[in-house]
Amino acid sequence: MNKAIFSLKKVSKVFPGVKALDGVDLHLYPGQVTALLGENGAGKSTLVKTMTGIYQPDGGDIIFNGKPVQFHSPHDSHALGITAIHQETVLFDDLTVAENIFLGNYPMKKGPMTKYFSIDWSAMVTRSQDILSSINAHMDPNQILRELSIGQKHMVGIARALSVDAKVVILDEPTAALSHHEIHELYELVNTLKQQGKAILFITHKFDEIFALADRYTVFRDGCYVGEGFIKDTNEGQLVEMMVARSIAATYPKKDVEIGETLLEVSNLCHTTEFANISFSLKKGEILGVYGLVGSGRTEVMQALFGTTDHVTGTVKMNGKEVIIHSPKDAIENGIVYVPEERQKQGIVLELPIYQNISLPQMDRLAKHGNLDQESEMSLARQYCERLQVKASCWEEKVMNLSGGNQQKVVIAKWLATNPKVIILDEPTKGIDIGSKAAVHEFMSELVDSGLAVIMVSSELPEIMGMSDRILVMNEGLIVSELSRADATPEKVVSLATGGHVTC
Amino acid sequence: MLRRFIYSREGILSMIVLAMFLAVGTISPDFISVSNSISIFNDTSILIMLALGQMLVILTRCIDLSVAANVAFTGMVVAMVNQYFPTLNMFVLMLLALGIGAFLGAINGLFVWLLKVPSIVITLGTMSIYRGATFLLSDGAWVNSHQMSEAFIGLPRYEILSIPVLAWMAIITILLAFWTMKFSVWGRNFYSAGGNPMAAFYSGVNVGKVQFYAFLVSGTLAGLCGYLWVSRFAVAYVDVANGFELQVIAACVIGGVSIVGGLGTVVGCVIGALFIGVVNNALPIIGVSPFWQMAISGLVIIIAVVANASSDKDKARIILRKPEASVGSAPSQSH
Amino acid sequence: MDTIIKKSATPDALSTSKLPVFFRWESLLILIIVLVCVMNSYLSPYFLDPWNLSDATFNFTEKALIALPMAMLIIAKEIDISVAAIISLSSTLMGLVAQMGAPVYMVACVGVLVGAGCGLFNGALVTGFKIPSIVVTIGTMSLFRGISYVLLGDQVVRDYPAGFEFFGQGYVYWVFSFELVLFVFFALVFYWLLHRTKFGRYTYAIGNNPTASYYSGIKVNKHRLILFTLVGVMSGIASVLLTSRLGSTRPSIATGWELSIITMVVLGGVSILGGSGTIGGVVLAVILMGLVTFGMGLLNIPGIVMTIIVGVMLITVVSVPVLITFYKNKSNKAKAL
Repeated sequence: MNKAIFSLKKVSKVFPGVKALDGVDLHLYPGQVTALLGENGAGKSTLVKTMTGIYQPDGGDIIFNGKPVQFHSPHDSHALGITAIHQETVLFDDLTVAENIFLGNYPMKKGPMTKYFSIDWSAMVTRSQDILSSINAHMDPNQILRELSIGQKHMVGIARALSVDAKVVILDEPTAALSHHEIHELYELVNTLKQQGKAILFITHKFDEIFALADRYTVFRDGCYVGEGFIKDTNEGQLVEMMVARSIAATYPKKDVEIGETLLEVSNLCHTTEFANISFSLKKGEILGVYGLVGSGRTEVMQALFGTTDHVTGTVKMNGKEVIIHSPKDAIENGIVYVPEERQKQGIVLELPIYQNISLPQMDRLAKHGNLDQESEMSLARQYCERLQVKASCWEEKVMNLSGGNQQKVVIAKWLATNPKVIILDEPTKGIDIGSKAAVHEFMSELVDSGLAVIMVSSELPEIMGMSDRILVMNEGLIVSELSRADATPEKVVSLATGGHVTC
Repeated sequence: MLRRFIYSREGILSMIVLAMFLAVGTISPDFISVSNSISIFNDTSILIMLALGQMLVILTRCIDLSVAANVAFTGMVVAMVNQYFPTLNMFVLMLLALGIGAFLGAINGLFVWLLKVPSIVITLGTMSIYRGATFLLSDGAWVNSHQMSEAFIGLPRYEILSIPVLAWMAIITILLAFWTMKFSVWGRNFYSAGGNPMAAFYSGVNVGKVQFYAFLVSGTLAGLCGYLWVSRFAVAYVDVANGFELQVIAACVIGGVSIVGGLGTVVGCVIGALFIGVVNNALPIIGVSPFWQMAISGLVIIIAVVANASSDKDKARIILRKPEASVGSAPSQSH
Repeated sequence: MDTIIKKSATPDALSTSKLPVFFRWESLLILIIVLVCVMNSYLSPYFLDPWNLSDATFNFTEKALIALPMAMLIIAKEIDISVAAIISLSSTLMGLVAQMGAPVYMVACVGVLVGAGCGLFNGALVTGFKIPSIVVTIGTMSLFRGISYVLLGDQVVRDYPAGFEFFGQGYVYWVFSFELVLFVFFALVFYWLLHRTKFGRYTYAIGNNPTASYYSGIKVNKHRLILFTLVGVMSGIASVLLTSRLGSTRPSIATGWELSIITMVVLGGVSILGGSGTIGGVVLAVILMGLVTFGMGLLNIPGIVMTIIVGVMLITVVSVPVLITFYKNKSNKAKAL
């Protein structure tokens, strides 16, 4: 019981320019849950990938059952019974549920050619059925994965991890996309696994989960090992302090801004499969928080508002006048801009220089008769990048050479330069360090101060609670509640977002 | 089971092929006779084999444009070997064809696997290299039927149970492919590597290596078809099978193999090839000039991909729960 | 470790974004061109004759005209492998209207319009149904050429109106053929379009990140449609030149040209994955390929050998950068440790 089954000792992993893991230690014990804590960018995902053989460490030892081991590929770690439920869904949309569960570890019929020619499909289906019902997920193993909801896909991912006789189970933020009910099922599952003597690594942002489930904890910061211990000997404040290296105070610079007249009015926005009956309004100087779990439809609503989605019905009014938005171009022309969650994919062209990214949405204005005018592009970039304090050696720098926080600033600068009236921020602080986070929050206050209206989509509760004037809570494609700043309590918001009912 | 097949893409497609076949039969009853059916299948055999190889390549998100050039090169080599060593055992010659084809396929595969160079560029390049090499090898000369041995020409025509060996080879390839793609881990890996390469890697599948295997198989089958082609038409020259790679890809696309990878079945692929085979054989019978062939296969590719694209569209994310689904798993039940 | 992270946050822009002139792809091409010239003039005394050189331009100007818009299309992450088939269809329809006795300008207009129509058709399929352009153009490649076969069968059309031969055989001034002048003109136009206009900027943006471009308000599909049409128009123009030069049309005209055109573009330093490349590089690659072909002609090497060389060049050109980055990453990693 006291001997670690799986240990990392002084493990390092280097990427060009960045040391993602710098000599970290981690120990997992059979029958115990170890929580791994750390801010975004602390190296948790890199660690998971190193433990599962996706990355090879550049230094240090991996010790399994007392013996040093080397993983050349995910196959090697799999063979030792180390299995992970990754943050991203790593499943196959075009294959059946059963095959998704057993891929890489197919049940085989016995026979002379076993190794090559005898996948036992019927055993695969029955065993899938067993595993799925053991985690209370009821679905047909023959169904094609594409037809499932996000939550259901997640359950398939968990079933997949359980399909092998695992000794070590890694759960990388497993509850992010799950409903209230599903999270409880997962807790029970983790406890069952614990009783079976499996060593569990649990990675999460949610402290209630840590205190409910974990026996031990390990804290990382900026790729370095900070400390470890027993959960029963610690408390939330202490853990936070280890994570961020400073005691946390109320860091939300919410200003009292006078709220003006209604600017944006959305009524009855509907889509066939993603959301329905979305109605809300937004006033000048207001920050409207939109809270919901991953997959609740909040991003989809915002994208529809920005004109990227087809088949949307309903009306959108700006300043009382109905506007038709069929493309981002229409939205931008009407003063609505969207800072996407997927910054590198949707927000910015990494390979282009900063100044070209800033000018991209308004080339119509900047390029006279279609001819480029580099001078005016540069002055626009200078003006807004300086305002946002983008750190770069020059504005011809390619965006890909900037840090995550600075990239986010370039995205925001790009949109501010278009003089918008409504700015939609989708997970504005996701994946950026604490310092930049505070700057983004400060900036939001400044924006509304200057007469803009902000819609902030976030799954970070403190951010929603700290910054919003009003909060919309979404669940399964519907707005389930609208709360004023005064009415909102964290418990209420979470309960609504996970499909619970508040009786008050 | 039957119901599911009928509503699947393969089911619909096979009914279209059957309907076409019967429709031509009403004009010319001979067309649907057993012997003519066998002859249509025999005519399509090479296309079927090449399409199955190409399917593996397309499943892994690649494309092999060099198959037809591979057919020409391998065909020329075996024809010339046969010309100069007419007594050489046919079995050895077939092995030679398989070996050369595999080698040419492996060259494509190695570039894709080790250098991660886009397959379209590599195979576009090897396509002209293999074709050019055929010219260098033969110096532009033809190998005609009188320069080939009797066994060389006779083998694909030899009938077993009144079905020619050529058709038997296609049948064996289909069965082997079906079995492999359904029941072997090696075969399933093509689906996972193409469907979601990242996830496949996480599951311990070496995606690059799977792509290499796909090119290897495609090349090997092309090698075999090189011999079969040259022997069936009793002539080898530089322009053998010129442009045939497009028909091969067309067969796959018509058969529902998704060009973005990870989706496609052996049955669909075979029916796709048969579709082309039936059209090609039917044209002269219904009095349409053979010059229509190319335009029709082009049109059919376009219709097939458009149909594929449209059917993919409704597979959007589903966030709103369907009313019946929410009954069983509504979170409120826990309260 | 601190220094490493700092470095990635504020790197030295000048050293990363602009390579020294010598290491740029264009410089390398110029070097090779000079070498080929020296070698050719050494191997054959006829090489440096202006009329010989002028003759040599005929073997690449038509392809080069298509390579210009093709470069833009590939930079925008699309591809069109139906260009040779467009030439064939356009040439066929020119032949048919010429047989009906249409005047010169009408024949030429039909050529260009058919090209534009084919390009528009490709673009509409790609953008309208969201199908990868490679599949669409594989399909239209056989469709367009197939229509030519349907219309012409094994006929050859030779009845072009008097004066039509000027496009492909005429000279504007001294050794400067109409084809060459047209190519220079379009090279300048496309240089301006790609490097000096909003349109060009959008092309790079879309090629590097179509989603972010769309989110920035660019009409990505419309842009792609225009690019496909542009490729079609230039293929139509090339078809006019080629048909005029050969003085005849048959469905098999320009077979295999798509390969050499794409090779020109890739050899010119355009990334086959989209997002980068220059018109200057493509023009240099065109000249290089023209000179190599010409030199081989002087040495009496058969044309099909050229296709082998083209194939080898194509593979080398895409593999070498991969090998270089592979090697670079390895040494970077070693340094970081």
